[in-house]
Amino acid sequence: MLTKRIIPCLDVTAGRVVKGVSFVQLRDAGDPVELAALYDREGADELVFLDITASSDERRTMVDVVAGTAEQVFIPLTVGGGLRSIDDMRLMLEAGADKVAINTAAILEPSLIRRGADKFGSQCIVVAMDAKQVAGAPYMASLSNPSPRWEVYTHGGRRPTGQDAIDWATKAVSLGAGELLVTSMDADGHQTGYDLELTRRISEQVEVPVIASGGAGTLEHLYQALVVGKADAVLAASIFHYGIYSIRQVKEYLAQRSIPVRL
Amino acid sequence: MIAIVDYGAGNLRSVAKAIEKLGYSYLVTAEPERVLEAEAVILPGVGAAGEAMRSLERLGLVAPLRQVIAEDRPFFGVCLGLQLLFAATEEGGGERCLGIVSGRVRRLPPGLKVPHMGWNQVGHKIRHPIFQGISDEANFYFVHSYYGEPEDSSLVAGETEYGIPFCSMLVRGNLVATQFHPEKSGELGLQLYHNFLLFGGVRRG
Repeated sequence: MLTKRIIPCLDVTAGRVVKGVSFVQLRDAGDPVELAALYDREGADELVFLDITASSDERRTMVDVVAGTAEQVFIPLTVGGGLRSIDDMRLMLEAGADKVAINTAAILEPSLIRRGADKFGSQCIVVAMDAKQVAGAPYMASLSNPSPRWEVYTHGGRRPTGQDAIDWATKAVSLGAGELLVTSMDADGHQTGYDLELTRRISEQVEVPVIASGGAGTLEHLYQALVVGKADAVLAASIFHYGIYSIRQVKEYLAQRSIPVRL
Repeated sequence: MIAIVDYGAGNLRSVAKAIEKLGYSYLVTAEPERVLEAEAVILPGVGAAGEAMRSLERLGLVAPLRQVIAEDRPFFGVCLGLQLLFAATEEGGGERCLGIVSGRVRRLPPGLKVPHMGWNQVGHKIRHPIFQGISDEANFYFVHSYYGEPEDSSLVAGETEYGIPFCSMLVRGNLVATQFHPEKSGELGLQLYHNFLLFGGVRRG
Protein backbone atom coordinates (compact mmCIF):
# COMPACT_ATOMS: atom_id res chain seq x y z
CA MET A 1 0.00 0.00 0.00
CA LEU A 2 1.24 3.47 -0.87
CA THR A 3 2.37 5.15 2.34
CA LYS A 4 1.57 8.72 3.35
CA ARG A 5 4.59 10.98 3.10
CA ILE A 6 5.97 13.17 5.90
CA ILE A 7 7.94 16.05 4.47
CA PRO A 8 9.99 18.53 6.49
CA CYS A 9 10.43 21.93 4.85
CA LEU A 10 13.64 23.89 5.28
CA ASP A 11 13.47 27.63 4.73
CA VAL A 12 16.83 28.69 3.40
CA THR A 13 18.27 32.16 2.92
CA ALA A 14 21.78 32.88 1.67
CA GLY A 15 22.66 29.23 2.14
CA ARG A 16 21.51 29.04 5.76
CA VAL A 17 18.45 27.46 7.37
CA VAL A 18 16.23 30.15 8.79
CA LYS A 19 14.24 28.81 11.71
CA GLY A 20 16.79 26.35 12.96
CA VAL A 21 17.15 25.22 16.52
CA SER A 22 20.14 23.72 18.22
CA PHE A 23 19.65 20.02 17.68
CA VAL A 24 22.18 18.32 19.88
CA GLN A 25 23.06 15.98 17.02
CA LEU A 26 24.12 18.82 14.77
CA ARG A 27 27.39 20.65 14.75
CA ASP A 28 25.81 23.54 12.84
CA ALA A 29 22.03 23.89 13.04
CA GLY A 30 22.08 26.47 10.28
CA ASP A 31 23.64 24.19 7.71
CA PRO A 32 20.88 22.91 5.40
CA VAL A 33 22.94 19.98 4.20
CA GLU A 34 23.55 18.74 7.72
CA LEU A 35 19.91 19.23 8.70
CA ALA A 36 18.74 17.44 5.54
CA ALA A 37 20.95 14.47 6.38
CA LEU A 38 19.54 14.39 9.92
CA TYR A 39 15.95 14.39 8.67
CA ASP A 40 16.84 11.62 6.25
CA ARG A 41 18.25 9.50 9.09
CA GLU A 42 15.09 10.17 11.12
CA GLY A 43 12.92 8.80 8.33
CA ALA A 44 11.76 11.82 6.33
CA ASP A 45 10.12 10.62 3.12
CA GLU A 46 11.14 13.65 1.09
CA LEU A 47 12.66 17.06 1.70
CA VAL A 48 11.61 20.50 0.55
CA PHE A 49 14.03 23.42 0.38
CA LEU A 50 12.37 26.77 0.11
CA ASP A 51 14.68 29.60 -0.94
CA ILE A 52 13.10 32.53 0.87
CA THR A 53 15.47 35.22 -0.28
CA ALA A 54 15.39 34.18 -3.87
CA SER A 55 17.35 37.19 -5.04
CA SER A 56 19.22 36.30 -8.17
CA ASP A 57 22.70 36.76 -6.69
CA GLU A 58 21.88 34.29 -3.96
CA ARG A 59 20.48 31.70 -6.34
CA ARG A 60 24.01 30.41 -6.82
CA THR A 61 24.25 29.66 -3.10
CA MET A 62 21.09 27.56 -3.31
CA VAL A 63 22.54 25.56 -6.18
CA ASP A 64 25.51 24.70 -3.96
CA VAL A 65 23.19 23.70 -1.11
CA VAL A 66 21.21 21.42 -3.44
CA ALA A 67 24.36 19.89 -4.90
CA GLY A 68 25.82 19.32 -1.44
CA THR A 69 22.61 17.65 -0.27
CA ALA A 70 22.39 15.41 -3.34
CA GLU A 71 25.86 14.06 -2.51
CA GLN A 72 24.70 12.69 0.82
CA VAL A 73 20.96 12.32 0.86
CA PHE A 74 19.24 9.71 -1.28
CA ILE A 75 15.61 10.64 -0.87
CA PRO A 76 13.58 12.96 -3.12
CA LEU A 77 14.35 16.65 -2.88
CA THR A 78 12.08 19.48 -4.02
CA VAL A 79 13.41 23.01 -4.40
CA GLY A 80 11.25 26.12 -4.63
CA GLY A 81 11.37 29.86 -4.14
CA GLY A 82 11.97 32.41 -6.83
CA LEU A 83 12.12 30.03 -9.77
CA ARG A 84 10.87 31.96 -12.80
CA SER A 85 12.02 30.20 -15.92
CA ILE A 86 12.91 26.90 -17.55
CA ASP A 87 16.57 27.83 -17.03
CA ASP A 88 15.99 28.34 -13.29
CA MET A 89 14.35 24.92 -13.13
CA ARG A 90 17.13 23.27 -15.09
CA LEU A 91 19.75 24.78 -12.79
CA MET A 92 18.15 23.16 -9.74
CA LEU A 93 17.41 19.82 -11.40
CA GLU A 94 20.95 19.56 -12.70
CA ALA A 95 22.28 20.39 -9.25
CA GLY A 96 20.43 17.33 -7.95
CA ALA A 97 16.86 18.38 -7.15
CA ASP A 98 14.21 15.87 -8.18
CA LYS A 99 11.36 18.34 -8.38
CA VAL A 100 10.97 22.08 -8.61
CA ALA A 101 8.15 24.03 -7.01
CA ILE A 102 6.82 27.10 -8.76
CA ASN A 103 4.35 29.51 -7.24
CA THR A 104 4.20 33.18 -8.28
CA ALA A 105 5.78 32.52 -11.67
CA ALA A 106 3.14 29.89 -12.45
CA ILE A 107 0.33 32.37 -11.79
CA LEU A 108 1.95 35.17 -13.77
CA GLU A 109 2.81 32.84 -16.63
CA PRO A 110 0.77 29.60 -16.52
CA SER A 111 2.44 28.31 -19.69
CA LEU A 112 5.57 27.83 -17.59
CA ILE A 113 3.88 24.76 -16.06
CA ARG A 114 3.29 23.23 -19.49
CA ARG A 115 6.77 24.05 -20.75
CA GLY A 116 8.38 22.67 -17.59
CA ALA A 117 6.32 19.48 -17.78
CA ASP A 118 7.16 19.00 -21.47
CA LYS A 119 10.83 19.60 -20.82
CA PHE A 120 11.41 17.68 -17.60
CA GLY A 121 8.26 15.57 -17.13
CA SER A 122 5.19 16.31 -15.00
CA GLN A 123 6.66 14.39 -12.08
CA CYS A 124 9.26 17.19 -11.72
CA ILE A 125 6.78 20.03 -11.61
CA VAL A 126 5.18 20.91 -8.29
CA VAL A 127 2.80 23.84 -8.31
CA ALA A 128 2.80 25.51 -4.91
CA MET A 129 -0.08 27.77 -4.03
CA ASP A 130 -0.80 30.08 -1.11
CA ALA A 131 -4.54 30.27 -0.50
CA LYS A 132 -6.56 32.42 1.87
CA GLN A 133 -10.22 32.07 2.63
CA VAL A 134 -12.32 34.87 1.18
CA ALA A 135 -13.34 37.29 3.93
CA GLY A 136 -16.82 36.92 5.33
CA ALA A 137 -17.05 33.25 4.54
CA PRO A 138 -16.97 30.91 7.51
CA TYR A 139 -13.75 29.02 8.09
CA MET A 140 -15.44 25.66 7.58
CA ALA A 141 -18.34 24.75 5.37
CA SER A 142 -21.69 24.94 7.13
CA LEU A 143 -25.35 24.69 6.20
CA SER A 144 -25.63 28.47 5.97
CA ASN A 145 -22.57 28.64 3.75
CA PRO A 146 -21.89 25.34 2.07
CA SER A 147 -19.33 26.83 -0.28
CA PRO A 148 -16.45 28.62 1.34
CA ARG A 149 -14.03 30.03 -1.18
CA TRP A 150 -10.31 30.54 -1.16
CA GLU A 151 -8.28 33.04 -3.12
CA VAL A 152 -4.76 32.46 -4.40
CA TYR A 153 -2.05 34.95 -3.39
CA THR A 154 1.37 35.47 -4.91
CA HIS A 155 4.66 37.04 -3.85
CA GLY A 156 4.87 35.14 -0.60
CA GLY A 157 1.24 35.82 0.25
CA ARG A 158 1.42 39.56 -0.25
CA ARG A 159 -0.60 39.96 -3.44
CA PRO A 160 -4.17 38.75 -4.03
CA THR A 161 -4.78 37.45 -7.54
CA GLY A 162 -8.58 37.20 -7.62
CA GLN A 163 -8.17 33.56 -8.68
CA ASP A 164 -10.19 30.88 -6.97
CA ALA A 165 -7.90 28.27 -5.39
CA ILE A 166 -9.90 25.24 -6.56
CA ASP A 167 -10.06 26.61 -10.11
CA TRP A 168 -6.35 27.34 -10.10
CA ALA A 169 -5.55 23.85 -8.78
CA THR A 170 -7.59 22.32 -11.59
CA LYS A 171 -5.95 24.50 -14.18
CA ALA A 172 -2.43 23.85 -12.90
CA VAL A 173 -2.98 20.10 -13.16
CA SER A 174 -4.47 20.39 -16.64
CA LEU A 175 -1.32 22.27 -17.65
CA GLY A 176 0.88 19.45 -16.42
CA ALA A 177 1.59 19.90 -12.71
CA GLY A 178 2.53 16.51 -11.26
CA GLU A 179 1.82 17.47 -7.66
CA LEU A 180 0.27 20.35 -5.72
CA LEU A 181 1.65 21.91 -2.56
CA VAL A 182 -1.28 23.69 -0.92
CA THR A 183 -0.54 26.18 1.85
CA SER A 184 -3.31 27.75 3.86
CA MET A 185 -2.36 31.33 4.67
CA ASP A 186 -5.03 31.40 7.37
CA ALA A 187 -3.49 28.46 9.16
CA ASP A 188 0.20 28.96 8.40
CA GLY A 189 2.31 29.85 11.41
CA HIS A 190 -0.52 29.40 13.92
CA GLN A 191 0.04 25.74 14.76
CA THR A 192 -3.72 25.29 15.14
CA GLY A 193 -4.12 22.70 12.40
CA TYR A 194 -4.20 22.52 8.62
CA ASP A 195 -7.13 23.98 6.65
CA LEU A 196 -8.82 20.61 6.21
CA GLU A 197 -11.63 21.83 4.00
CA LEU A 198 -9.31 23.54 1.53
CA THR A 199 -7.05 20.48 1.40
CA ARG A 200 -9.94 18.05 0.96
CA ARG A 201 -11.63 20.05 -1.79
CA ILE A 202 -8.47 20.28 -3.83
CA SER A 203 -7.45 16.68 -3.20
CA GLU A 204 -10.87 15.43 -4.32
CA GLN A 205 -10.80 17.69 -7.35
CA VAL A 206 -7.46 16.69 -8.89
CA GLU A 207 -5.94 13.35 -9.80
CA VAL A 208 -2.38 14.23 -8.79
CA PRO A 209 -1.01 14.00 -5.24
CA VAL A 210 -1.66 16.90 -2.86
CA ILE A 211 0.70 17.99 -0.09
CA ALA A 212 -0.99 19.80 2.80
CA SER A 213 0.94 22.69 4.27
CA GLY A 214 0.50 25.33 6.93
CA GLY A 215 -0.75 25.00 10.49
CA ALA A 216 0.77 21.84 11.91
CA GLY A 217 1.11 22.08 15.67
CA THR A 218 0.24 18.65 17.01
CA LEU A 219 0.38 15.02 15.92
CA GLU A 220 -3.41 15.03 15.65
CA HIS A 221 -3.19 17.86 13.09
CA LEU A 222 -1.06 15.74 10.78
CA TYR A 223 -3.46 12.82 11.18
CA GLN A 224 -6.45 15.05 10.37
CA ALA A 225 -4.80 16.46 7.23
CA LEU A 226 -4.30 12.93 5.90
CA VAL A 227 -7.68 11.52 6.93
CA VAL A 228 -10.14 14.43 6.82
CA GLY A 229 -8.14 16.58 4.41
CA LYS A 230 -7.40 13.52 2.23
CA ALA A 231 -3.87 14.76 1.63
CA ASP A 232 -1.31 12.40 0.16
CA ALA A 233 1.51 14.00 2.10
CA VAL A 234 1.96 16.51 4.91
CA LEU A 235 4.56 19.21 5.03
CA ALA A 236 5.69 20.84 8.25
CA ALA A 237 8.47 23.16 9.30
CA SER A 238 8.23 24.49 12.84
CA ILE A 239 7.27 21.30 14.66
CA PHE A 240 10.39 19.63 13.32
CA HIS A 241 12.80 22.55 13.45
CA TYR A 242 11.93 23.49 17.00
CA GLY A 243 12.23 19.89 18.02
CA ILE A 244 8.60 19.69 19.22
CA TYR A 245 8.31 16.32 17.50
CA SER A 246 10.81 14.20 15.66
CA ILE A 247 9.88 12.66 12.34
CA ARG A 248 10.16 9.26 14.00
CA GLN A 249 7.57 10.29 16.63
CA VAL A 250 5.20 11.53 13.95
CA LYS A 251 5.44 8.28 12.04
CA GLU A 252 5.02 6.06 15.06
CA TYR A 253 1.94 8.03 16.08
CA LEU A 254 0.40 7.78 12.61
CA ALA A 255 1.19 4.07 12.38
CA GLN A 256 -0.57 3.54 15.72
CA ARG A 257 -3.62 5.20 14.22
CA SER A 258 -3.49 2.86 11.22
CA ILE A 259 -2.09 5.33 8.70
CA PRO A 260 0.31 3.57 6.34
CA VAL A 261 3.77 5.12 6.80
CA ARG A 262 7.32 4.04 6.06
CA LEU A 263 8.95 3.20 9.39
CA MET B 1 33.70 1.05 -15.49
CA ILE B 2 29.94 1.45 -15.26
CA ALA B 3 28.20 3.29 -18.08
CA ILE B 4 25.23 5.43 -17.06
CA VAL B 5 23.39 6.06 -20.29
CA ASP B 6 22.71 9.74 -20.88
CA TYR B 7 19.97 10.17 -23.47
CA GLY B 8 18.49 13.36 -22.03
CA ALA B 9 15.97 11.68 -19.74
CA GLY B 10 16.79 13.14 -16.35
CA ASN B 11 17.87 11.99 -12.88
CA LEU B 12 21.34 10.95 -14.03
CA ARG B 13 23.03 12.89 -11.31
CA SER B 14 21.20 11.02 -8.55
CA VAL B 15 22.09 7.67 -10.07
CA ALA B 16 25.71 8.74 -10.53
CA LYS B 17 25.95 9.98 -6.93
CA ALA B 18 24.56 6.70 -5.64
CA ILE B 19 27.12 4.70 -7.63
CA GLU B 20 29.89 7.02 -6.46
CA LYS B 21 28.80 6.65 -2.84
CA LEU B 22 29.15 2.87 -3.22
CA GLY B 23 32.76 3.34 -4.29
CA TYR B 24 32.45 2.44 -7.98
CA SER B 25 33.66 4.51 -10.87
CA TYR B 26 31.25 5.42 -13.61
CA LEU B 27 30.93 7.30 -16.85
CA VAL B 28 27.86 9.27 -17.87
CA THR B 29 27.79 8.75 -21.60
CA ALA B 30 25.73 8.75 -24.78
CA GLU B 31 28.43 7.08 -26.88
CA PRO B 32 27.61 3.62 -28.21
CA GLU B 33 31.26 2.48 -27.95
CA ARG B 34 31.45 3.36 -24.26
CA VAL B 35 28.22 1.48 -23.58
CA LEU B 36 29.51 -1.57 -25.44
CA GLU B 37 32.79 -1.72 -23.52
CA ALA B 38 31.31 -1.06 -20.06
CA GLU B 39 31.37 -3.73 -17.35
CA ALA B 40 27.82 -2.78 -16.42
CA VAL B 41 25.21 -0.50 -17.94
CA ILE B 42 22.58 1.54 -16.13
CA LEU B 43 19.67 2.92 -18.12
CA PRO B 44 17.91 5.55 -15.99
CA GLY B 45 15.02 7.63 -17.12
CA VAL B 46 12.03 9.74 -16.32
CA GLY B 47 9.69 11.40 -18.77
CA ALA B 48 7.94 10.31 -21.93
CA ALA B 49 8.62 6.91 -23.50
CA GLY B 50 8.18 8.00 -27.12
CA GLU B 51 10.66 10.84 -26.78
CA ALA B 52 13.10 8.58 -24.96
CA MET B 53 12.95 5.95 -27.75
CA ARG B 54 13.58 8.60 -30.38
CA SER B 55 16.59 9.86 -28.42
CA LEU B 56 18.02 6.34 -28.14
CA GLU B 57 17.53 5.84 -31.88
CA ARG B 58 19.06 9.19 -32.78
CA LEU B 59 22.11 8.48 -30.59
CA GLY B 60 22.58 5.02 -32.09
CA LEU B 61 22.06 3.38 -28.71
CA VAL B 62 19.33 0.88 -29.55
CA ALA B 63 21.61 -1.82 -31.02
CA PRO B 64 24.30 -1.48 -28.30
CA LEU B 65 21.72 -1.81 -25.53
CA ARG B 66 20.22 -4.89 -27.17
CA GLN B 67 23.70 -6.38 -27.55
CA VAL B 68 24.70 -5.76 -23.93
CA ILE B 69 21.55 -7.50 -22.74
CA ALA B 70 21.79 -10.32 -25.33
CA GLU B 71 25.29 -11.06 -24.00
CA ASP B 72 23.83 -11.11 -20.48
CA ARG B 73 26.16 -8.43 -19.22
CA PRO B 74 25.07 -6.63 -16.05
CA PHE B 75 22.31 -4.21 -16.96
CA PHE B 76 20.06 -2.15 -14.69
CA GLY B 77 16.97 -0.33 -16.00
CA VAL B 78 15.38 2.28 -13.74
CA CYS B 79 11.74 3.44 -14.04
CA LEU B 80 11.36 4.44 -17.70
CA GLY B 81 14.49 2.33 -18.19
CA LEU B 82 12.38 -0.69 -17.21
CA GLN B 83 9.43 0.24 -19.40
CA LEU B 84 11.62 0.75 -22.47
CA LEU B 85 12.69 -2.91 -22.31
CA PHE B 86 9.22 -4.05 -23.36
CA ALA B 87 7.91 -4.42 -26.89
CA ALA B 88 5.46 -1.54 -26.69
CA THR B 89 3.78 0.93 -24.36
CA GLU B 90 0.27 2.34 -24.18
CA GLU B 91 1.79 5.73 -23.43
CA GLY B 92 1.32 8.48 -26.02
CA GLY B 93 -1.35 6.49 -27.86
CA GLY B 94 1.04 3.57 -28.36
CA GLU B 95 4.79 3.61 -28.85
CA ARG B 96 7.20 0.88 -29.89
CA CYS B 97 9.98 0.17 -27.35
CA LEU B 98 13.17 -1.91 -27.35
CA GLY B 99 11.45 -5.31 -27.46
CA ILE B 100 13.95 -7.01 -25.15
CA VAL B 101 11.32 -8.37 -22.75
CA SER B 102 8.05 -9.83 -24.06
CA GLY B 103 5.01 -8.02 -22.79
CA ARG B 104 3.68 -4.52 -22.76
CA VAL B 105 3.51 -1.35 -20.72
CA ARG B 106 0.09 -0.33 -19.47
CA ARG B 107 -1.43 2.72 -17.81
CA LEU B 108 -2.19 2.38 -14.09
CA PRO B 109 -5.93 1.80 -13.60
CA PRO B 110 -8.27 4.75 -12.98
CA GLY B 111 -9.61 5.49 -9.51
CA LEU B 112 -6.35 6.26 -7.78
CA LYS B 113 -4.06 9.26 -7.96
CA VAL B 114 -1.71 9.20 -10.90
CA PRO B 115 1.28 9.42 -10.89
CA HIS B 116 1.74 6.73 -8.27
CA MET B 117 4.11 8.84 -6.19
CA GLY B 118 5.77 7.95 -2.92
CA TRP B 119 7.04 5.00 -0.91
CA ASN B 120 5.42 1.64 -1.45
CA GLN B 121 6.27 -1.95 -0.58
CA VAL B 122 8.04 -4.37 -2.87
CA GLY B 123 7.08 -7.98 -2.18
CA HIS B 124 9.64 -10.61 -3.15
CA LYS B 125 8.34 -13.09 -5.75
CA ILE B 126 11.62 -15.01 -6.01
CA ARG B 127 14.57 -15.82 -3.81
CA HIS B 128 17.56 -14.07 -5.31
CA PRO B 129 20.87 -12.55 -4.16
CA ILE B 130 19.69 -9.17 -5.49
CA PHE B 131 17.56 -9.02 -2.31
CA GLN B 132 20.44 -9.60 0.07
CA GLY B 133 19.96 -7.35 3.10
CA ILE B 134 16.57 -6.20 1.84
CA SER B 135 13.53 -7.54 3.65
CA ASP B 136 10.36 -8.66 1.94
CA GLU B 137 7.84 -5.78 1.69
CA ALA B 138 10.48 -3.09 2.26
CA ASN B 139 9.55 0.39 0.99
CA PHE B 140 11.00 1.96 -2.15
CA TYR B 141 10.28 5.29 -3.85
CA PHE B 142 8.01 5.31 -6.90
CA VAL B 143 7.00 7.98 -9.42
CA HIS B 144 5.21 6.63 -12.47
CA SER B 145 1.95 6.44 -14.37
CA TYR B 146 2.64 3.27 -16.40
CA TYR B 147 3.87 -0.21 -15.48
CA GLY B 148 5.42 -3.10 -17.35
CA GLU B 149 3.62 -6.43 -17.62
CA PRO B 150 5.96 -9.27 -18.66
CA GLU B 151 4.38 -12.19 -20.52
CA ASP B 152 6.64 -14.55 -18.63
CA SER B 153 5.58 -14.15 -15.01
CA SER B 154 8.72 -15.93 -13.81
CA LEU B 155 10.61 -12.71 -14.62
CA VAL B 156 8.69 -10.87 -11.90
CA ALA B 157 11.10 -10.53 -8.98
CA GLY B 158 9.20 -7.87 -7.06
CA GLU B 159 5.54 -6.99 -6.92
CA THR B 160 3.80 -3.86 -5.63
CA GLU B 161 0.17 -3.05 -5.01
CA TYR B 162 -1.41 0.15 -6.32
CA GLY B 163 -5.01 -0.50 -7.24
CA ILE B 164 -3.67 -3.68 -8.81
CA PRO B 165 -0.61 -5.78 -8.14
CA PHE B 166 2.06 -4.90 -10.71
CA CYS B 167 5.62 -5.91 -11.54
CA SER B 168 7.85 -3.43 -9.72
CA MET B 169 11.07 -5.34 -10.34
CA LEU B 170 12.12 -7.87 -12.93
CA VAL B 171 15.21 -10.06 -13.10
CA ARG B 172 16.44 -12.18 -16.01
CA GLY B 173 20.01 -13.37 -15.62
CA ASN B 174 22.14 -10.27 -15.19
CA LEU B 175 19.31 -8.03 -16.34
CA VAL B 176 17.66 -6.20 -13.46
CA ALA B 177 15.04 -3.50 -13.80
CA THR B 178 12.98 -1.62 -11.24
CA GLN B 179 9.91 0.54 -11.61
CA PHE B 180 10.96 2.36 -8.44
CA HIS B 181 14.01 4.59 -8.04
CA PRO B 182 16.74 2.94 -5.94
CA GLU B 183 18.73 6.21 -6.03
CA LYS B 184 15.83 7.90 -4.21
CA SER B 185 15.10 5.04 -1.82
CA GLY B 186 17.64 5.78 0.90
CA GLU B 187 19.89 3.07 2.30
CA LEU B 188 17.93 0.16 0.86
CA GLY B 189 18.14 1.65 -2.62
CA LEU B 190 21.91 1.87 -2.31
CA GLN B 191 21.93 -1.70 -1.05
CA LEU B 192 20.08 -2.83 -4.18
CA TYR B 193 22.60 -1.17 -6.50
CA HIS B 194 25.38 -2.67 -4.39
CA ASN B 195 23.88 -6.16 -4.75
CA PHE B 196 23.47 -5.72 -8.50
CA LEU B 197 27.11 -4.68 -8.97
CA LEU B 198 28.44 -7.28 -6.55
CA PHE B 199 26.61 -10.18 -8.16
CA GLY B 200 27.34 -8.81 -11.62
CA GLY B 201 31.02 -9.15 -10.75
CA VAL B 202 31.78 -5.47 -11.25
CA ARG B 203 35.01 -4.36 -9.61
CA ARG B 204 35.06 -1.46 -7.18
CA GLY B 205 37.12 1.63 -7.85
